[in-house]
Amino acid sequence: MSDLKEKAIHGLFMFNGLLVVIVLVGIFALLVGTSIPAFREISLKEFLFTARWNPTSYVRTQYGIGAMLVSTAMVTIGALVIAFPLGIGTAAYLSDIASPRVREIAKPIIEILAGIPSVVIGFLGIVLVGPAIARLFNIPNGLNALNGSFLLAIMALPTIISISEDALKSVPKSFTEASLALGSTHWQTIVKVKIPAAASGIFASCMLGMGRAIGETMTVLMATGCAPAMPHGFLDSVRTMTSTIAIELGEVPYYTTHYYALFGVGLVLFIITFLVNMISDIVLRKYQIKVR
Amino acid sequence: MQKLKERSVNRKTGKSQNGNGEPAGPGAAKGKKMGEIVIRTEGFNFYYGDEIAIKSVTMDIYKNKVTGIIGPSGCGKSTFLRSLNRMNDVIDGTRIEGKVEIDGQDIYAPGVDVVSLRRKVGMVFQKSNPFPKTIFENVAYGLRINGVKDRAYISDKVEASLKGAALWKEVKDRLNDSAFDLSGGQQQRLCIARALAIEPEVILMDEPASALDPTATLKIEELIEELKNDYTIAIVTHNMQQAARISDYTAFFMLGELVEYDETSKMFTNPGKKITEDYITGRFG
Ligand SMILES: Nc1ncnc2c1ncn2[C@@H]1O[C@H](COP(=O)(O)OP(=O)(O)OP(=O)(O)O)[C@@H](O)[C@H]1O
Ligand SMILES: [Mg+2]
Repeated sequence: MSDLKEKAIHGLFMFNGLLVVIVLVGIFALLVGTSIPAFREISLKEFLFTARWNPTSYVRTQYGIGAMLVSTAMVTIGALVIAFPLGIGTAAYLSDIASPRVREIAKPIIEILAGIPSVVIGFLGIVLVGPAIARLFNIPNGLNALNGSFLLAIMALPTIISISEDALKSVPKSFTEASLALGSTHWQTIVKVKIPAAASGIFASCMLGMGRAIGETMTVLMATGCAPAMPHGFLDSVRTMTSTIAIELGEVPYYTTHYYALFGVGLVLFIITFLVNMISDIVLRKYQIKVR
Repeated sequence: MQKLKERSVNRKTGKSQNGNGEPAGPGAAKGKKMGEIVIRTEGFNFYYGDEIAIKSVTMDIYKNKVTGIIGPSGCGKSTFLRSLNRMNDVIDGTRIEGKVEIDGQDIYAPGVDVVSLRRKVGMVFQKSNPFPKTIFENVAYGLRINGVKDRAYISDKVEASLKGAALWKEVKDRLNDSAFDLSGGQQQRLCIARALAIEPEVILMDEPASALDPTATLKIEELIEELKNDYTIAIVTHNMQQAARISDYTAFFMLGELVEYDETSKMFTNPGKKITEDYITGRFG
């Protein structure tokens, strides 16, 4: 009787697991299937390795995603560079230094931050961060890669903070005591013992934050200016892969090369996120084995 | 007590030949024989919030001796030990009254550098707690946080400390393995080596062998015997035979109070109080 129940539950979980796999494979197949026709007219080499994206030109259409790739990479990496130290610093502060009262106030605020819709963040990018950047660097407008990085950093922060904080909290107290008893300062203990011991969790938090940043659309669409040219620096306006799809897919005539090429962009995006997740998984596993 | 001190003096003269070279306390210069006493507590009270855990303990701990601390569970042994290097500071809401002096200096006085206090007064915990690092890095940790960069010096010191903790032979070919690959007893000796590496004066041990099998326990006991040539050791133990075997002095705590404190031989053969005798002979606790 209970054996049967066991089996039923087992089956249910297996079905759920399978369903996820099926959906994933389905999305992948759809992206591949819909992007293949694009390559009847565009060579894969042109698509991946040239910079210009100009699908509506009357003279000569161009389908290079180079500029988009670079833009996405810049905005994402910029976001991580900003969010990583801030996130870990905040996590360490909350887990080890802050008084319970401060923690009680800070935790819900961070959770609220996580719940702000991306369109609102984008709005802030336009009315607040943009003008600030423009003034700071003395440029005509502040809708650029830096703005996008900054906003994405804010969006990635709650994830990084809460997962890193959990990781730091779960470092056994005995490590902390051992370190303090050897005459290290509170600060040394955090940096040399707690953060390394929590490294896998901290790494995971950053990967999750990065995953979010790569895929984020609305914010970057609003805040980065969306110029399709190859950017030369963080003060240039950029247009990421997500923005391009969002801007163009609504207006493109169906079943044209342009339409198929946009699916191609989606496929590349999918593969990149997939790789990021896989790499982080491998690194995580390796690290955990080493620590045990 | 007078007799005790005489004996200590004699031993000390013998001892200074093994090159320890610890500076005597400031009191020694004044000829008050205070150099013999490394740690002195006076009317020491300890509170967890409103709960008193240590009541008015006045006790001297002598240099290059092993002082055993015994008493029933919950009587405050760990609390007392952790007061001596201010490890209790990390617990919220604790408070002390009275004095703890180490080398004649009040360690709870305002402005005392807790970090250097803990370098001077090392600690080994009940449960071995190596860091999730390699064997080598565990021992080197205390040096590195002290800002030592010289690699040759660090590796010499690691070797010497591992030898000091009687672990070198077992690990010399696997210094880069994770500390967690060691057995429980080896991990505990690694923690001792880690404490030795920063050359403390005093080593506090809180039931260091309680989680170990008899063979590993014996190793730790032999080690303590060795270590007292160079260090002052205070050790908490639940094991009466162990206290009798390894300690020179024994302190018996009950309900936060120091009931009796004397030479181990006297405590175990002819204790001054009935209750001490009852505890030692296992009639309660
Ligand atoms: N962190 C703490 N917060 C509040 N009370 C504590 C704390 N640690 C210990 N106590 C209390 O202080 C008293 C002494 O505890 P302590 O751990 O020093 O005893 P012990 O003699 O070491 O016992 P054992 O032999 O079981 O290790 C106990 O009544 C205990 O409940
Ligand atoms: Mg205890």
